[in-house]
Amino acid sequence: MALAKRIIPCLDVDKGRVVKGVNFVGIRDAGDPVEIAKRYNDQGADEITFLDITASHEGRDTTVHMVEAIAEQVFIPLTVGGGIRELEDIRRMLNAGADKVSINSAAVYNPEFVKAASDKFGAQCIVVAIDAKQVADDRWEIFTHGGRKPTGINAVEWAVKMAEYGAGEILLTSMDRDGVKSGFDLGVTRAIADAVNIPVIASGGVGNLDHLVDGVKQGHADAVLAASIFHFGEYTVQQAKEHMAAAGIEMRLD
Amino acid sequence: MSSKICAVIDYGMGNLHSAHGALQTVAPDTKVVVTSDPEVILKADHVVLPGVGAIRDCMAEIRAQGIDQVVAEVRNSKPLLGICVGLQAMMDSSEENGGVDCMGLFSGQVKFFGNDLVENGEQLKVPHMGWNRVEQVAHPLWSGIADNSRFYFVHSYYVQAADASQVKGRGHYGVDFAAAMGQDNVFAVQFHPEKSHNAGLALLRNFLAWDGQA
Repeated sequence: MALAKRIIPCLDVDKGRVVKGVNFVGIRDAGDPVEIAKRYNDQGADEITFLDITASHEGRDTTVHMVEAIAEQVFIPLTVGGGIRELEDIRRMLNAGADKVSINSAAVYNPEFVKAASDKFGAQCIVVAIDAKQVADDRWEIFTHGGRKPTGINAVEWAVKMAEYGAGEILLTSMDRDGVKSGFDLGVTRAIADAVNIPVIASGGVGNLDHLVDGVKQGHADAVLAASIFHFGEYTVQQAKEHMAAAGIEMRLD
Repeated sequence: MSSKICAVIDYGMGNLHSAHGALQTVAPDTKVVVTSDPEVILKADHVVLPGVGAIRDCMAEIRAQGIDQVVAEVRNSKPLLGICVGLQAMMDSSEENGGVDCMGLFSGQVKFFGNDLVENGEQLKVPHMGWNRVEQVAHPLWSGIADNSRFYFVHSYYVQAADASQVKGRGHYGVDFAAAMGQDNVFAVQFHPEKSHNAGLALLRNFLAWDGQA
C-alpha cells in the first residue's frame, strides 16, 4: 500500500503565541507560531495541528489571525482544536484557512454537534479528539477537563459512535501518558484503530523515535502526533520520518 | 502589458483561502482573484474550479449560480484546473448522494471506495486521507515534478475514467483510480495541490505558466 503514515507536530497556542516552550536552535522568537509552523513544514511535516488553549474571546480573535497568517505561508494541511463548541467556531476557523477542526469536550456534552458539523462542513474536516484513561484491564474511559473529570464513557465504544456520527478522523490522546514520554498507550490505540474505519491519530507520551514506530506497528495508528520531541530540538521531523521508514513504515520522504 | 489574472471560482463550497494563497505565492505577478462573477471569470487568463463537501450540494450551487455555463465557455477558451470535488464535478456523474449528474467534461463515473476496502488482508480506512503517490502520464503540468511524487488526498469517492486517454495521473488505494484527468486545455486533480507542499506548488506554478496546449 502506497499511502504514507503521517507525522503531525502539535503546537499549543495561547492568544496567538506558542506556549509550553519551544526551543529551536536559531529561532530567537520561540513563541511565534508562524515561524515554528514554517520550520516544521520545511522539515517535512505531513500536517500541523494547533491546540488553542486560549480562554478569552479576545484571545480567540488573535488565534484566527494566526491561522490566517500560517495558511498564507504553509501549504500542508492545518488542524485547529480547542474551544470548538459551535458551528460558527468551525466556520471561522475554516474561513481563516484551517483544513480541519478538532472537537473535544463539545462532542462529549453534545454528540449531535458532531453530526451537525459533519453534515454542514463534510466529514473530511471534522476530527473528534478523545482523551482516554485506562480504568481497568482492557477498559479505557473518556475524561474531560484535561483528564480530571471522568465521564464513565467507554472510549472504544465512543470512537465507534463518533465515526457513525460523521467524524472523519479520531485524535486519540492517552491522558496517562501525556507528557510522560514513555510511549503511546498502545492498548487503547490499537483497540480504537481496529474498531473504526476512519483514520486514527495517536497522541500522548512520545519520548523517542521508536515510540512513533510502535504507534503505527503495534498501535495500528494511521498518523502519530508529537510535540515536545520536536519542540526542544531533540529530533527533527525529517529524522523521525527517516527512522520510521527504516523500520519498514511507508513514509513521505520526498 | 498588464498582469495576468487567475480566477478561483467561488460558489460557496468551502474556504478558498489556501488555494488563493498557494496560487498567489507561486505567481506573485499574477493577480489571483476569488470570485463568482461570470464576467471576471470569463476575462481571466487562467481559471480554477475547486470544491469540497458533498457532490449534490456542489452541483446544486454550480447550477444555481450558472457556473456550469461559465465552465462550458472556459473549457473552449483558456486553461482550466479542477481540484478535488472540482474534478468530480467535471465527470459524467457520481454515485454519491444517491446519484448525481455532473458536468461531463470528462467521461467516467465517481464511485465510493466502499466500507470493505481491503488490500493484502489489511482493511483500508475511508476516507483515503494522506499523502499518496501519483504515477504521471506525460503532460506539461507535471513538468519538473518527479514521477510518483506524493500529493495530499482526502476523499471517499474516486474517479473511474471511461476514456483511458484522458487519464493524466494514476493513483491506487485498494483500487486503481484517476488522480488526474486532462483533455485539451482542461486539467483536474483529485488531490489538493494547495496542500501538497513543494510538489503541489510546482503543479500550480506549471498551471499558471500553461498556455492550455497539451
